[in-house]
Amino acid sequence: MGEFAYVAPTSVADALDVLREHANNGRRAQMLAGGTDLLVQMRGLDKAPRTIVDVKKIEEANRLDIGSDEIYIGAAIPSAALNENAALKALLPGLIEAADLIGSTQIQGRATLGGNLCNASPAADTTPAMIVNRGVCVIASGGGNRELPVEAFCTGVGVNALADGEFLLGLKFPHPAARTGDAYLRFIPRTEMDIAVAGCGVSVTLDADGRCVDAAVGIGAVAPTPLKVEAAAEALIGTKVDDDALAAAGAACTAAASPITDKRGTVEYRRKVVAVLCRRTGAIARDRALGAS
Amino acid sequence: MSKVHVQTTINGDQVEFLCVPQQTMLEALRDVLGKLGTKEGCGTGDCGACTIMLDGRLVCSCLMLAAEAEGQELTTIEGIAGPDGLHVLQRKFLEHAALQCGICTPGFIVAAKALLDRNPNPDEGAIRYWLAGNLCRCTGYDKIVRAVQDAAKELAYQA
Repeated sequence: MGEFAYVAPTSVADALDVLREHANNGRRAQMLAGGTDLLVQMRGLDKAPRTIVDVKKIEEANRLDIGSDEIYIGAAIPSAALNENAALKALLPGLIEAADLIGSTQIQGRATLGGNLCNASPAADTTPAMIVNRGVCVIASGGGNRELPVEAFCTGVGVNALADGEFLLGLKFPHPAARTGDAYLRFIPRTEMDIAVAGCGVSVTLDADGRCVDAAVGIGAVAPTPLKVEAAAEALIGTKVDDDALAAAGAACTAAASPITDKRGTVEYRRKVVAVLCRRTGAIARDRALGAS
Repeated sequence: MSKVHVQTTINGDQVEFLCVPQQTMLEALRDVLGKLGTKEGCGTGDCGACTIMLDGRLVCSCLMLAAEAEGQELTTIEGIAGPDGLHVLQRKFLEHAALQCGICTPGFIVAAKALLDRNPNPDEGAIRYWLAGNLCRCTGYDKIVRAVQDAAKELAYQA
């Protein structure tokens, strides 16, 4: 069984060494970023001893770069810090809104995009928002960093694509093209601090005439993993993202959804609501793209 | 089990302590350091009773390992009052009877101070949203919101 230990490596190489050493000795290691899921799980679901590997002292997990080609967000940066960054909020408003929906002020002081993704909840609010912004996971691995699109990262409920000895270092997003807008909405029965019944992110890029030349749609809480819905994006491309196009995109989301019935909503309700969210989110993304220079 | 040696700053004082790796900051504050002002409510980050400031950010100390405090600066409810007595917020909570059982109060005071430090003139909606992570089962919140509004008014008058 082993015992609990805590380490806070200061480099990627040191962190990988810790993971390798534990794998070789058959001991369990678990990464810690903000801890808002991990510590709750440690108190309830899984009290077993392990070595907790804190990534917050690693520079690459804390770096935020807004480049002309690419935006890099370290996996350990708390949501509150992202929300306070006006430049980032202006470029990826939908993503920051999704992060801002998660938990209270206190939770946002710790919770991270990286942790939200690694936790691999079907209802993770930031995952659809990262998918539609063409997010790419930067994964620290023994053979050097490897990259994986966000939509391929979650492989099941609570399961992700990280192999033993790997950890998530950060997330990369291409700098949005001119006349691009993104948005994320979720439905919850309360005004805040709840888990999504359904969620939808949309990003659209318009040409000078307001016609959609590129789009991405992501949905959450309506399947075992957050999904990228190509058919919904195709329903928007070539249109002016008008009501008919948004209705077609919403219908594509309903078709892609394979939800469960639980205390938050039924299968039928979730399939219907995800279409409504897609229409509303798409309209916000379109208006942002029209307003963007 | 090997203990972790932690050096940190709490309410401006250098503090050293030993903790076990899985111990939360809340447990270390209460059980190791004897700082009993910070309360445990739910233990899962939902109620905000254990709210502290960590390097300028509001966090639930129940969702933080004590070992993570190494090299950080923490402020707890014990660090809110000044040498001349209670902080305005503490006084206003008393004046407005914004507490009954008192378990949630330290968390509310620490969180409300963080709000007023950032936004000296919050409207009611901003106060209610900022404090949404602090649960009170006694007051119904109105008295708390009024205490924070009144504290903001007095702080503005002093400034």
